[in-house]
Amino acid sequence: MKTKTVAMIIPIFLILGLALVACGPEAPKTIKVGVNAPITGDIPKVGEGSKFAAQMWLADVNAAGGLDVGGKKYKVELVIEDNESKAESAVKANTKMITEDEVLVIVGPQSSKQAVPAGEVANNYATPMISPWSTNPATTQDRPFVFRACFLDPFQGPVVANFVKDEFGFTKAAVLYDVASDYPKGLAEFFKAAWEELNGPGSVVSYESFTTKDADFSSQLTNIINSGAEFIFTPQYYNEVALIVQQAHQLGWDKPIVGSDSWGSAETVQLCGKDCYGLFFSTHYAAAGAKGATKEFIDRYNKEHGYIPDDVGALTWDALGLVQQAIQDCGAITGDIKKDRQCVRDSLARVKQFDGITGQMTFNETGDPEKCAVIVRISEQGEFEFYKSVCP
Amino acid sequence: MAFLLQNLVNALQWGSFYALIALGYAMVYSILMLFNFAHGDIFMTGAYIGFGVATSLVALSSLGAVALPGWLILVLTILVSMFITSFVGITVERVGYRPLREAPRASAAITGLMIGIILETGNLALLGAQRVSFPSLIETVTYNAGGVYITNKKIMIVAISLMFMLALHLFIRKTRWGMAMRAMSFDYIVVPLMGVPLNRMASMTFALGSALAAVAGILFGMAYPVLDPYMGILFGWKAFVAAILGGRGSIMGACLAGFLLGFIEIFVAMIFPSTLRDFIAYSIVLLILVFRPHGFFGEPYSAKLRL
Repeated sequence: MKTKTVAMIIPIFLILGLALVACGPEAPKTIKVGVNAPITGDIPKVGEGSKFAAQMWLADVNAAGGLDVGGKKYKVELVIEDNESKAESAVKANTKMITEDEVLVIVGPQSSKQAVPAGEVANNYATPMISPWSTNPATTQDRPFVFRACFLDPFQGPVVANFVKDEFGFTKAAVLYDVASDYPKGLAEFFKAAWEELNGPGSVVSYESFTTKDADFSSQLTNIINSGAEFIFTPQYYNEVALIVQQAHQLGWDKPIVGSDSWGSAETVQLCGKDCYGLFFSTHYAAAGAKGATKEFIDRYNKEHGYIPDDVGALTWDALGLVQQAIQDCGAITGDIKKDRQCVRDSLARVKQFDGITGQMTFNETGDPEKCAVIVRISEQGEFEFYKSVCP
Repeated sequence: MAFLLQNLVNALQWGSFYALIALGYAMVYSILMLFNFAHGDIFMTGAYIGFGVATSLVALSSLGAVALPGWLILVLTILVSMFITSFVGITVERVGYRPLREAPRASAAITGLMIGIILETGNLALLGAQRVSFPSLIETVTYNAGGVYITNKKIMIVAISLMFMLALHLFIRKTRWGMAMRAMSFDYIVVPLMGVPLNRMASMTFALGSALAAVAGILFGMAYPVLDPYMGILFGWKAFVAAILGGRGSIMGACLAGFLLGFIEIFVAMIFPSTLRDFIAYSIVLLILVFRPHGFFGEPYSAKLRL
């Protein structure tokens, strides 16, 4: 009985497989753009922002009747894959989009934890990839096909260190970071190096870590408070920020806590509440007080989705803008996916002074843009207020 | 000194969670000789049910129909969530374990893992991946006692945990049902032959364990108000370690080992670099088990009453 069922199932799968293959490759009337985002997992708000921004971009393209390349209109299709905020799933998603869906270019993944390994895949398959949000240098290092739309941690680390030094004149820092995640670990190291350069060795008086999924930071925070540090730098994601800040206050900490661009999620204040008011972090753009195209994007996003977009949304929007320009600069879509991918990569590398909503970008030879960072203050209303701009 | 005391307070709170969850593992093991690997996820489910009950009560209260004070909402939340979560536990036993009672132990263990995954992904499908923020039912007040910072929530968490542990202890020692449980833990094959209803006992054990997990979930939400569907996995593993460390199936042992685990984790991070916290903490646990393979209160070959 059982063997019979199996014997029946196998041919069904074979037929289904053949049917899928049969309607696979076709002459390219459509351009496929892949999006690799954390729709579920540790940071779903980031995935949601990426998805919404990509869908808004697609709506714009469709409203214009398709993407105009060399006088011909092409339909654009988005392939959105969930990487569950895991490195291995991001690699799988990229491989699938490149080999099965045959996308022309990939936008994402967002966090360095996924972008670093996924970038390897894209580069190996000679498919252009642009990560909107990954700030770890390893993402684009020695990978001609990988780009990003944001600044880097070696830039962000000193930005925060200099800001704290100028603003408060502190000399003793504490760092609390997730040792199991590429982004916080990398940034914590860059910050430490920059701070010690400013204040001499030993000026980071407490360098504490935890691992992803930890919820109790009381022992680390008690160590930090005991070390006599004047402020805490914690380059964590929004879910941990809420816990760290609240627990620090409950342990009697009343000095500043400073963060990085991973704080810039729409969810940070919602989870953290009053405890986060008045804190500073460095990021890519500030929503409150934005002007021009940035304001247009924010208003439209807010109208469609009911909240102010975070930096991920804005950077994804810019990444797609860069992709669009690169495809159009190509002049023609040949239908030979290998050739087209090469062409898109070459024209991405040539992009000069692209006017994005997160600032002007020009790619350098490693595929990283030169752009400014913003220091944001969380206001008493829980809004992200522009405080200061720091350029390289 | 204040530094040491502060860590002691931190460890007490952290240990309470381990102890409450380890109790669920221990009870099920002592009655059915079975490790309920879904227990960490029942804890998560309890936290979410608590979240649901608390937010609806807060909403109801703000409508103005019945203005409830925060502490009353908390008490109601705990009681209602315990009740609902115990039915989750009963269902898990009915669906996942009862049909496999005669099956090899490994199959039952695997069922637990699968039910865990079903609970996680079911929650994901139901509520989405968005983190939910547990409502702050009681305004946090921080007391400074000579450099040691204690919040009212910390005191409450430890007190409520201890209260429930004591209640469970009395239930097992003083009631007929408790006596039946103790008898069952002696031999779950023979005792039912004497007229103790095995199925009802199994349901009750799961209900009790799950209710305690719900308490742990709500208290966890009070202390760490960011809930996600996967919060029970690692936590469940660690509480399982506590249950083993206490001596398989020993209620007293599970409680003590839960607190001990909390202390080890907190004090290791106090002395050593925090990067090595779990590495050192669980090496210590491993060492303890090497020298006491049956845990603190466990007996080889169930030679003695375990409850």
